[in-house]
Amino acid sequence: MSGAEPLLRVADIRVTFGGITALDGVSFDQRAGHILGLIGPNGAGKTTLFNCLSRLYHPTSGDIRLEGASILGRAAHRIAEIGIGRTFQNVALFQRLSVRDNALVGGHARTRSSMIGDALRLPAAKRTERDSLERVHEILSWLGLESVADAPVGGLPFGTQKRVELARALATRPKLLLLDEPAGGLNHDEVHELGRLIRRIRDERGVSVLLVEHHMGLVMSIADRVVALNFGRKLAEGTPAEVQRDPDVIRAYLGDKAA
Amino acid sequence: MTIEHSAEILPSREAAPAREAQPRVRGAAGSAWFGIAVVVALAVAPLFLKNFVTFQLTMALVYAIAILGLNLLTGISGQFSLGHGAFYAVGAYSAAILMESAGLGYAWTLPVAGVVCFVAGFLFGLPALRLEGVYLALATFALAVATPQFLKLGPLEHWTGGVQGVIVTKPDPPFGLPMSQDQWLFYFTLAVGLLLYWAARNLVHSRSGRALLAIRDNPIAARSMGVNTALYKSLAFGVSAAYTGVAGALGAIVVQFVAPDSFTFALSVSLFVGLVVGGVGWLPGALAGGAFVMFIPNLAEHVSKGLSGAVYGVLLILIIYAAPGGVGGLARSLGARFSQPGRRP
Repeated sequence: MSGAEPLLRVADIRVTFGGITALDGVSFDQRAGHILGLIGPNGAGKTTLFNCLSRLYHPTSGDIRLEGASILGRAAHRIAEIGIGRTFQNVALFQRLSVRDNALVGGHARTRSSMIGDALRLPAAKRTERDSLERVHEILSWLGLESVADAPVGGLPFGTQKRVELARALATRPKLLLLDEPAGGLNHDEVHELGRLIRRIRDERGVSVLLVEHHMGLVMSIADRVVALNFGRKLAEGTPAEVQRDPDVIRAYLGDKAA
Repeated sequence: MTIEHSAEILPSREAAPAREAQPRVRGAAGSAWFGIAVVVALAVAPLFLKNFVTFQLTMALVYAIAILGLNLLTGISGQFSLGHGAFYAVGAYSAAILMESAGLGYAWTLPVAGVVCFVAGFLFGLPALRLEGVYLALATFALAVATPQFLKLGPLEHWTGGVQGVIVTKPDPPFGLPMSQDQWLFYFTLAVGLLLYWAARNLVHSRSGRALLAIRDNPIAARSMGVNTALYKSLAFGVSAAYTGVAGALGAIVVQFVAPDSFTFALSVSLFVGLVVGGVGWLPGALAGGAFVMFIPNLAEHVSKGLSGAVYGVLLILIIYAAPGGVGGLARSLGARFSQPGRRP
């Protein structure tokens, strides 16, 4: 694969629900190793785009390619195995499972087992389980979640639940991590720590990050590039500084008078 | 919750206070000992009981296995069934026909009944994928209502015996063991039950089992983690039906008789009641559920012949009121109280 090939290519994606066009020909590339920020006001189509990347929605037209291969022929449950992991806007954990079990489910796509092997504890199933536990153990300690590994996630504070969701997403061993408004519901200090953590995920674990975020301060401080959406169209693309100066972006956020 | 504000997103190792770990281990050891005590008590019980009571105890175990299967479906994968009596019936008829028409040894009928019911359950689970919650309950209800009629059908009468049913030969203890037929069947059922419980427990604590639990708690997130939700939901139906089918086969051998009217909708409801009484999602609860299904109707009859249904209903309401999570919920809150004084479960 040539070095010029982007990790992710979103090409002219169009999504319509009934008569409403949620995404109207959006295109952008993401290079491996980059943190790409996807910004835009409410209803700009950011989450719709995420759901296309997770194959929860099927675009009306256009293509999405990971390392050159289209993902649109894949079912939603076959996205994690090619290296796309994600978190959800309002935390979508398995509430009654422990922190460890949540993270273990994240490893599902990267492991194989049969129900019979699992039920009879055949050697292959035991080996898989041991490997998964080791991998999850490493992730939980990296994220400082070890002390709550046995606790059911339902009773944990929101900030911790968000970290558990990151652990679960990292357990899918993603090349590309999709974060849907990770700063939502966090206070100022927590947002700052989150920014550091996202950069560490990229630097220490080699995971590229596609970040949908309302929190401008966070996006502008950690993103390598920013794509701004409004009403389902791409308004601007560039470095955080370029996008911040873009008159269209300023108008979209602050209204016509500001531009 | 005291760590609301101290727990940040950052990976700090001392952010959250260490908890759960120690009591968990102690609680697990405690419940393991309790489980062993129950099994030992069961194992020696037939030595002191009359054959008829041993027979009743065997039937309680049979129902427990059926309820264990239902629990795998409802408690673990989050799908409802009001029709597991149908799978029980298919298992029972499989055993009866294989023994009486094909001359198969009774022990061999169990795996065959399991496979037959797995296939039946899996195939039923495929169209049921489109149904959720109460609609799925309705579809399974239809299955429960239809099955006894299929068993009476003319073309199948040669094997099923039509409305007359099939009489099954009661097996003798093997190797000339010095025990009654009823005692032997009790130990045989207990051994099968323990094996199936072991497998169910393994399953729940494995990759496959966690996939089912994940679907139960959040199907969309489960899919994004790579769980083929359609496949696993159907597999859960298959495995659940297989368990209940093996229970049906055991039931046929123990009762020595199968007839369509033994497997009415009432049986499905009984299994469902046993599931709720034992605790949805708590596998050991199947034993309590099986005992409830077997003994409480008798007890109600004992209290008042004319109003046995009402007595049964009142007992059921009392139990649900006293233990909303069934025996499982009760066990959990007791366990939490013993291992962690002052902390809510």
